[in-house]
Amino acid sequence: MMSVRRTSALLLRQFYLLRGSPTRIVPLFAWVAIDIILWGFITRYLNQVSAARFNFVPAMLGAVLLWDFMTRVMQGITTAFLEDVWSRNFLNLFASPLSVSEYLGGLVLSSIGTSIIGLVTMVVLATLVFGLSFFVYGTMLAAFLLVLFLFGIALGIFGSALVMRFGPAAEWFIWPIPAFISPLACVFYPLATLPGWMQGLARLIPASYVFEGMRGVLAHGSVAGAPLAVGSALALAYLLLMGRVFVAVHRRAVRTGLIARYSAESVT
Amino acid sequence: MTAPVSSALTSPPRSAPILAVSHLSKVYGATVAVDGVSFEVGTHEILGLLGPNGAGKTTTINMILGVLQPMSGSITIDGCDLAQRRRQALERTNFAAVYAPLPGNLTVAQNLRVFGLLYGVHRVRERVEEVLGEFDLLRFRDTKCGVLSSGEQTRVALAKAMLNRPRLLLLDEPTASLDPATAREIRASIREFAARTDVGVLWTSHNMIEVAEVCHRVLFLSRGKILLEGDPRALPATHGHETLEDLFVTVAREPLTIRRSPEEE
Repeated sequence: MMSVRRTSALLLRQFYLLRGSPTRIVPLFAWVAIDIILWGFITRYLNQVSAARFNFVPAMLGAVLLWDFMTRVMQGITTAFLEDVWSRNFLNLFASPLSVSEYLGGLVLSSIGTSIIGLVTMVVLATLVFGLSFFVYGTMLAAFLLVLFLFGIALGIFGSALVMRFGPAAEWFIWPIPAFISPLACVFYPLATLPGWMQGLARLIPASYVFEGMRGVLAHGSVAGAPLAVGSALALAYLLLMGRVFVAVHRRAVRTGLIARYSAESVT
Repeated sequence: MTAPVSSALTSPPRSAPILAVSHLSKVYGATVAVDGVSFEVGTHEILGLLGPNGAGKTTTINMILGVLQPMSGSITIDGCDLAQRRRQALERTNFAAVYAPLPGNLTVAQNLRVFGLLYGVHRVRERVEEVLGEFDLLRFRDTKCGVLSSGEQTRVALAKAMLNRPRLLLLDEPTASLDPATAREIRASIREFAARTDVGVLWTSHNMIEVAEVCHRVLFLSRGKILLEGDPRALPATHGHETLEDLFVTVAREPLTIRRSPEEE
């Protein structure tokens, strides 16, 4: 049974780290703010030069916002995990009564806190500076955010499992993960733009259903629920799968002794 | 801190073991790190786990801490089988080791609060203040652990190890970084803690004078096996040595020349 106290201990640790460290606080909103400003001006320019009566702001700026939200959720997990890598804290943590599920729960709570800061920053900027209205997405916005949140958590746990399996240097596997899947997530273009074989792969990415749905809402004022339900189910399945992957990687690390000698990167 | 203790050390009365290790083994590839080790630690007892580098001491401790899976054997902590009831077993355990300092980017008090929550300590803030006082750390309460000296960090690790008032305390070279005066105070403090509370302590050290002063009983590990067991003050004479250090050197260099006495069998 999960303990709220143990899970909240990890949240408290993250709060202490953030409170005392501007270098941790600034990235929570600085990069997403830069992204919104950059894409805000790009969409404004496209609206000026485009002959078509197409509003790029909700289509592109909204897409950037949602995509950045997902990456911030993922990075909320991985940076909280990397704090333990950087401070060589695994032995202290996993020799305590903390279970793996409680540990992952703590990472998720930390991610919720940090990603909300990024989301609020983006919404404020996009609304006040570039006139993005979230009313155009209607109630579907909640569903979009939920799918992206679940998928972001799954990616974050996957990235953390990679680092636990391959050692601290595998941190460099984490950062390109969003860039690696972004062509298949169809953030800026319809899925039909992709060649057939890539469309098959894109249908395995929950985020692609969100961005297809977002464009559907803008084009038709509504979106079919079934594809988004598929996206939600996929995101949930990935989350459960990555949780199992992390548990398996942790179990292997306990079997081989890597947890106790993590800085060695390998016990062989 | 308590006053230095005398060298007299009487064994605690036999009772149900706090720690029971049975036929514990661990193999890394072709290397047998721990080979069928069995021992117990009783209530109020301080057991010294001795042996040269690579003898299997830390591997044994890591298995007791649940961060290393044994190949075979069982570990029972205060009646809880570690493999079956990990959480309950580890709630009753804590440890301090020179190779496991607390995160340097949090203050002493922050670290202790976080680990207090992890160990399910009630009234964490009050308990943190208590251990800060016990280990003379009050003036470092708001200092980041990373800027403390190694001796101060050791005291923080010991304070964390005491947070949950463990039934089983594992101390891997707890005084290695301490000056002689502080080391003596820490030894006295832990002996007093063991005498006062229902705790069992497993202690590793390469300081044989310390071991003779602190431990009720010692185990000598060599190449993953228990070679000798007994009272650290009587054991050297039993094996024809003057001091525990002489015996240690023989165990480290010529383990095959050591034979267990009939009482140890």
